[in-house]
Amino acid sequence: MSKDNQILEDLNSKEYEHGWSVNFETDEAPIGLNEDIIRWISTKKEEPSWLLEWRLKAFKIWQGMTEPTWANVKYLKMDLQALRYYSAPKQSKKPKNINEVDPELIAIYERLGISLHEQKRLQGIAIDVVLDSVSVATTFKETLGKLGIVFCSFSEAVKEHPELIQKYLGSVVPMTDNYYAALNAAVFSDGSFCYIPKGVRCPMELSTYFRINAANTGQFERTLIVADDSSYVSYLEGCTAPQRDENQLHAAVVEIYAGAHAEVKYSTVQNWFPGDKEGKGGIYNFVTKRGICAGDHSKISWTQVETGSAVTWKYPSCILKGDYSIGEFYSVAVTNNYQQADTGTKMIHIGKNTKSRIVSKGISAGKSQNSYRGQVQVMKRAHNARNFSQCDSLLMGNQCGAHTFPYIDIANPSAKVEHEATTSKIGEDQIFYCNQRGIATEDAVALIVNGYAKEVLNQLPMEFAVEAQKLLALTLEGSVG
Amino acid sequence: MLSIKNLHASIEGTPILRGINLEVKAGEVHAIMGPNGSGKSTLASVLAGREEYEVTEGEVFFQGKELLSLSPEDRAREGVFLAFQYPIEIPGVSTTNFLRTALNQVRQYRGQEPLDAVKFLSLMKEKMALVEIDQKLLSRSLNEGFSGGEKKRNEIFQMAMLNPVLSILDETDSGLDIDALRIVSNGVNKLKSDTTATIVVTHYQRLLDYIVPDFVHVLYKGRIVKSGTKELALELEEKGYDWIKEEVDSTATV
Repeated sequence: MSKDNQILEDLNSKEYEHGWSVNFETDEAPIGLNEDIIRWISTKKEEPSWLLEWRLKAFKIWQGMTEPTWANVKYLKMDLQALRYYSAPKQSKKPKNINEVDPELIAIYERLGISLHEQKRLQGIAIDVVLDSVSVATTFKETLGKLGIVFCSFSEAVKEHPELIQKYLGSVVPMTDNYYAALNAAVFSDGSFCYIPKGVRCPMELSTYFRINAANTGQFERTLIVADDSSYVSYLEGCTAPQRDENQLHAAVVEIYAGAHAEVKYSTVQNWFPGDKEGKGGIYNFVTKRGICAGDHSKISWTQVETGSAVTWKYPSCILKGDYSIGEFYSVAVTNNYQQADTGTKMIHIGKNTKSRIVSKGISAGKSQNSYRGQVQVMKRAHNARNFSQCDSLLMGNQCGAHTFPYIDIANPSAKVEHEATTSKIGEDQIFYCNQRGIATEDAVALIVNGYAKEVLNQLPMEFAVEAQKLLALTLEGSVG
Repeated sequence: MLSIKNLHASIEGTPILRGINLEVKAGEVHAIMGPNGSGKSTLASVLAGREEYEVTEGEVFFQGKELLSLSPEDRAREGVFLAFQYPIEIPGVSTTNFLRTALNQVRQYRGQEPLDAVKFLSLMKEKMALVEIDQKLLSRSLNEGFSGGEKKRNEIFQMAMLNPVLSILDETDSGLDIDALRIVSNGVNKLKSDTTATIVVTHYQRLLDYIVPDFVHVLYKGRIVKSGTKELALELEEKGYDWIKEEVDSTATV
């Protein structure tokens, strides 16, 4: 047992490596939340009036809503009037390409290990980067443009492709959906937009990198991905934040639309600041992500590796509307110290012969609480719907908790729904076996945890998988990297 | 190479080893035999550094170093290998991946460069032949769903890969049919050299037909009560352990 404690102590000693912030001039909204602030943001972004109306409508709806309390997380409520809803790095004019972006901004991303210089990127990943409230750069735009693919910041899309935005904005996650989705609709500042035309297979991974830099600022980005009929895209999302004593709010919305025979793969490696080892600070990650398989034979696949945030509240979901459509959810959620995660998915089977697959791997260490919450709903006309769910929990030490809340709701007797769940502990005998072969304890933990999460990690694009493996090891392993 | 002096060890306050003395020289094969509960597996575990056992007295020197002050991983890196009686399962980690991690950590400890994928694979191919192990088995999760024979063969394969100085085989014969026993023993025999030593912990003489020991020691109530050559093992096979127990218990009362 003493060894067990030692391992846990090592785990707890790991500090957050992205915990720095940079001072540069910013353009900020006054603190607080009211109609004037929303108008301020909309004016700042030179938005058309329909969008301002949309925001104001969302704000009204939000005012009539209350913060949800059903999640298995405890936290001090945030004073939303004390937050700043817009903060942007000051740039004299909008950069046309990467060479015009403020070198200081580029330096921030270089420090995060993200190169924005297209010629330097051998992997062929196009990146949109969002710092605090605005998108600062998008790479490979021209290459993608030749194929008719639109990949740009949300603000730019509003200006250049208003018809697409008007058609799809809020079509998957309506502003009435929930408290945070309504708040996001009212105050969202930027995010990424992506459109893949009919029959086009996007030749590179598209990626958005989010970073919160400013203090007392909430980040409310919106991502909208539209994959037209028979298209394919793989999308990656990464995020970090500086280490701060106070909690910061991240309330994003991601909407995915997949037409007939289209496929969207959405991968997230979430590494927001989790708070220190006493549980002070950290990001509140209250995010709504949903995709609709609108056309027949379409497919949406969510893969997430969640290692950061003080409190996570997140359920990437699929509405399986098209016949023969497929929804997948692969998740690894790691919690350590005082982190709390309540995460899972919703699979809503509407079309005939729809299939969904859920693989959730929770890892809890320290004094953290890790919950899986998942809903499988089979509607009346969803003949022959199939679901397979597997929810595993791995515990490290005896002060953490793992919880599973599966909801199954079947309205068609032809449905086949399977649910498997396991709970295990990293055994001392497993660690000793590794030790006896010459493997140090912290590497043994990494090996065992990565083995446990393998089914999910295998879903990630190669480069991301390596990063995720390292991140898992770092989150759990203590000071030895 | 290995020198055990008056080794006492207990688990949760219950003494198991009560003064073991043993000298093992390079090139030798020692068999440790004895009835159930005599402390054979405890001795193997204590040498490997299992935490549950508390060493209450005595010293162990391995190639001049104080073995008992080293962590389990450093003992392994110094060249002590334990073939487990019950090999552990690690889901999602292939034997290949496991061994590559292990081998490179051992090499790093010894100041050697890590092996690249090509060299590692060619080493694997070479050692696979030794224990007639199938490559398919090595890409599966470590020991998960392996038969008893496959697990033991995998232990010897790992031993071949890590190339230890001192190999301790803990009841490697248990759960093996006669063909597997032959294959495993052949593997062990091929790995023997003038510079390495082997300790074979076993309950039955059967294994010693294949791995011929230079010395046989009988462990009873936590002490080595009789030592001899391989003929002692044959005598034990024929007469059982009762005569030794009687001999020891009667001298103890006198």
